[in-house]
Amino acid sequence: MDVHEYQAKEILASHGVDIPPGTVAFSPDQAVYAATELGGSHWVVKAQIHAGARGKAGGVKLCRTYHEVQQAARDLLGKRLVTAQTGPEGKPVQRVYVEVADPFERELYLGYVLDRKLERVRVIASKHGGMEIEEIAKNTPDELLQVIVEPAVGLQQFQARELAFQLGLNIKQVSRAVKTIMGAYRAFRDNDATMLEINPLVVTKDDKVLALDAKMSFDDNALFRRRNIVDMNDPSQSDPREAQALEHALNYIGLDGEIGCIVNGAGLAMATMDMIKHAGGNPANFLDVGGGASPERVATAFRLVLSDRRVKVVLVNIFAGINRCDWVAQGVVDAVRAEKIEGVPLVVRLAGTNVEAGKKIIAESGIPIIQADTLAEAAEKAVAAYKGAK
Amino acid sequence: MSILIDEKTPILVQGITGDKGSFHTKEMIDYGSNVVAGVTPGKGGKTHHGVPVFNTVREAVRETGAQASITFVAPAFCADAIMEAADSGVRLICSITDGIPAQDMMRVKRYFLRFPKDRRPMMVGPNCAGIISPGKAMLGIMPGHIYKQGSVGLISRSGTLGYEAASQLKALGIGISTSVGIGGDPINGSSFLDHLVLFDKDPETKAVLIIGEIGGPQEAEASAWIKENFSKPVIGFVAGLTAPKGRRMGHAGAIISATGDSAAEKTEIMKSYGLTVAPSPAEFGSTVAKVMQGA
Repeated sequence: MDVHEYQAKEILASHGVDIPPGTVAFSPDQAVYAATELGGSHWVVKAQIHAGARGKAGGVKLCRTYHEVQQAARDLLGKRLVTAQTGPEGKPVQRVYVEVADPFERELYLGYVLDRKLERVRVIASKHGGMEIEEIAKNTPDELLQVIVEPAVGLQQFQARELAFQLGLNIKQVSRAVKTIMGAYRAFRDNDATMLEINPLVVTKDDKVLALDAKMSFDDNALFRRRNIVDMNDPSQSDPREAQALEHALNYIGLDGEIGCIVNGAGLAMATMDMIKHAGGNPANFLDVGGGASPERVATAFRLVLSDRRVKVVLVNIFAGINRCDWVAQGVVDAVRAEKIEGVPLVVRLAGTNVEAGKKIIAESGIPIIQADTLAEAAEKAVAAYKGAK
Repeated sequence: MSILIDEKTPILVQGITGDKGSFHTKEMIDYGSNVVAGVTPGKGGKTHHGVPVFNTVREAVRETGAQASITFVAPAFCADAIMEAADSGVRLICSITDGIPAQDMMRVKRYFLRFPKDRRPMMVGPNCAGIISPGKAMLGIMPGHIYKQGSVGLISRSGTLGYEAASQLKALGIGISTSVGIGGDPINGSSFLDHLVLFDKDPETKAVLIIGEIGGPQEAEASAWIKENFSKPVIGFVAGLTAPKGRRMGHAGAIISATGDSAAEKTEIMKSYGLTVAPSPAEFGSTVAKVMQGA
């Protein structure tokens, strides 16, 4: 799960990381009021969306007067912001963050990730903040600093101190950077984050160390114990179909092809998409109905897949393990009848336990379902049906 | 021969009295697995499917000599159950549970390091279908009848894609020595490499099929090791060629977030280290057959 910049900053601040004064606003008037409350003479108004690269896309505006603050908020709110990371449809801007803009001297990078190879938290830092980490890694790979956290004891002060000195900070700045590095680690660990990025981490003329931008992602598997994070969820930032799928505990990801997929198991679902491509078609979605594939879940899956207007053919691929093909087949037949699915060719491939009984139910249902025995045949028939329907 | 389990392996089931634990215990017993104990805190002293139930893993191991465990424990409590099994001397821990927090798994893996190498448990999963040595024993939730006994080792991150492979092989009359599901999470108990080492030493296994997916470094790591050390033919496949970058494809660990994470890159890496890559997920069986004829 992702959160907005201002939410990530709230979390960081509560763990002792210094941030510039700022307030979230939902309207232009609120933005102006926020600026008057915050004081200062310069402010930035930042679009709050779950994606980076906002600056280059015009989502971050520097303002010198209250009027400019109001204008900036008016320009951003209610629009969809398209950045290099959002895809062509962009993300809706429903909140802006108004922040005091004070000058700074240096821009650093500080990041935390769960390293899958090391199975440890890795802290990454660089003197060259303010650009994407990929860019930093490409431009100045030798200057990329990192420390690995031993999970039994957590990040140690000396590790943070080493990083701070390597970043070339003076002694006054070092003690503040150590507080930041340690605090951000606790924010990461205590909230089950999978990624935390402070970029840039800035150093001001008066030796302050401030998180100027912050990004956090959290482990979905740990949300059961992170109520505070769940409360920060902003459904406007996800694809509405994906949000709807989530409500039914289905795993759905929208793509841009024409063949809708309903599959059990994540690996088989990916393989089915690959197979459609291999057969010359394009998958419209990833959808894992889960091991159970109960009739109710199959019916919900149909609704979801067919809500995508691009879908011209539906391919159901179920490998029955602990469930049985006859049960899944009945679920498919019931769903087709209940959802009144017409005009969309339906290809069904069943395999595994009780496959013959399942095929019989489908054949005798009277519904024009195209049956397939193998994964290859299913994909080929789905692609042929699409080309025929076109 | 087979790896990890056979018909003699004494098995204990953690969470034996829960719905899933109970259902799959019966399935495992029916398949021929030697289930000797169950653990559910508070239900000690009872029997379930004819199996004695204990309050703690330590007690179960002491009384029955169980060596392998399978966990049907809710995600919030599963890391604890795994560490309990490790501390009680269980040598093989298979975790079916989907949804364990990554930081919990990080702690579990760190906890394993307190045991000297020769006493460190082997963990399979989490978020996997388990292990089956066809015709001998099953420590998992797979449909046993789709596996034919034979000489191909199978390692898969995905459960259902492993089923797909097993049934394609069976349709061509090719059997499996042992099939291991290593799971779809970002931090796994064991990797492709851990099981390749065992398959290398197993005389019954003549070839190995490894089925990976997007995300994580394990396919590349295994491929490099195969080139230098593995004496038998290996067939590989990576699912998710059509998966978009930055999206989690069902499995917590199936996400392209760094260089080398994509299916195309991993496929290239496999080829560069001499693995035979199945051209599509519909050709697991035919590719294995071709390689075995050549060998």
